[in-house]
Amino acid sequence: MTWTPDQPIVRLVDVHKSFGSNEVLKGVGFDVTKGEVVCIIGPSGSGKSTLLRCVNALVPIERGSILVEGQEVNDKDLDKLALRRKVGMVFQQYNLFPHKTALQNIMMAPIHVLKQDRAEVEARARRLLKKVRLADKAAAYPGELSGGQQQRVAIARSLAMNPDIMLFDEVTAALDPETVKEVLLTIRELAAEGMTCLIVTHEMGFARELAHHIYFTDRGVIVEHGPPAEFFAHPRDARTKEFLSQIL
Amino acid sequence: MRPPAGTTDLPVLLSPTAVLRQHDAGMGDPCRLLGPRTALFLVVAFSMAVAGAEAATAPAAPGVIASLWKWAPLIFQGFLFNLLVSVLAMAIGTAAGAILGLMQISLLPPVRRGSWVATQFFRNAPWLVLLFYCMLLLPFEVRLFGLVIPLPAWIKSVIGLSLPVMANVSEIVRGGVQSIPVGQWESAEALAFTRRQTLWMIILPQCVKRMTPPWMNLYAILTMATPLISIVGVQDGMTLTRAALSAENRTELLVPMYLMLLSWFFIYCYPIARWTIRLEQRFAVKG
Repeated sequence: MTWTPDQPIVRLVDVHKSFGSNEVLKGVGFDVTKGEVVCIIGPSGSGKSTLLRCVNALVPIERGSILVEGQEVNDKDLDKLALRRKVGMVFQQYNLFPHKTALQNIMMAPIHVLKQDRAEVEARARRLLKKVRLADKAAAYPGELSGGQQQRVAIARSLAMNPDIMLFDEVTAALDPETVKEVLLTIRELAAEGMTCLIVTHEMGFARELAHHIYFTDRGVIVEHGPPAEFFAHPRDARTKEFLSQIL
Repeated sequence: MRPPAGTTDLPVLLSPTAVLRQHDAGMGDPCRLLGPRTALFLVVAFSMAVAGAEAATAPAAPGVIASLWKWAPLIFQGFLFNLLVSVLAMAIGTAAGAILGLMQISLLPPVRRGSWVATQFFRNAPWLVLLFYCMLLLPFEVRLFGLVIPLPAWIKSVIGLSLPVMANVSEIVRGGVQSIPVGQWESAEALAFTRRQTLWMIILPQCVKRMTPPWMNLYAILTMATPLISIVGVQDGMTLTRAALSAENRTELLVPMYLMLLSWFFIYCYPIARWTIRLEQRFAVKG
């Protein structure tokens, strides 16, 4: 069966994951359609980050199914590298390569993983830096950049692989409040261009504004979900109500 | 006047490294690491030893300085041989240790365990025992593709010293790789780098900086351990000093003659130690 864009680009079915005796995902399932922005919210330790990591096979799952563009991720013979070319990921701690400049950070994977032409890659990398408003920081090392700037370079680095899906794992959680805005602006632009985004976040205002669909997870299950207007205005579950009352 | 919060100019309130950093301020290049105070200390110690020996010298015998001067060229040659052995053992040990260290982070459990056992064995064995084993167990020549390669005692001693160096370098490499935050591996993985690419292009380049100070420290320790080879019959600086002493047969020369050899080692190793500390500090700041 070949995947066509009218089918869900990501489909999770009954996903289970344990770390030792601690079951962090207890049967999670949802669909993401192409161009959709999905926000996953919930208290710490509810398995949100693990869920994202399962999608690009950084974390193997025990039971269930994850289909990315029709390709089964829960498969021993999975071509992980092929999967990761389609799925970009941005981390809470940016994880830029500190021994490389911003431009080199962006260029490395396309050159060495995709084996693309260096000149073309450099031109694209400079366009991406401009897009995240850091054109003047091409030669800067990560240590010389602010947290927000590093995070935007990390986003550009993922985009350089031309992914179909972007995963954002609490990308603003480690940032100073004043730099959160610039990172959110970058993601907002990306979403407006039609990029499929799975976002784990604590920024409720951001989720409400940007998401097409919100999933609230607690203790390894999806407690409640819905479009943001409905989700925030009329939470049904007691746990959702409690969480929202604490955070808003 | 109060210094700004969090700073102090009182040495007692500073951390030891901060004191060293103050002390080191202005010492730009490694050649000047042997500071004036250390040099003065060496000269004073040496003068006292010579004066002491001079007082004990029989009136008819030649002066202490003259006797030392007579033997210095020969002993210095032996000292240079010690340095040669240290450089060769370090080169072999580093190459073998780098491979062993990378095996220690292999994903294959047998490779990982085997290299761990080898590392622990050679790291915790006395160097002198390893030297003796190499002397006794290695043949005096090896045949390789019909070529006969002789293995003289000094080559065997180089091999013997390279074994503990290998094990220590293996630990430095393993520790260096493991000191890199796991996020670096994760982000490289997420960008579809293979494990090998990640290791060579992302992890190891970051480790080199962190591994350099302990590696230099190991070299200084190795150099000071090279006189061990005199025990297994290699003609090094130590052997030649002993030979000179028995030829002179004057007990009062014992202290100054050994001190002469010791000073050369000190002058060679002390700057390496100081340079190591400075590198550590520089890397600690830059991260």
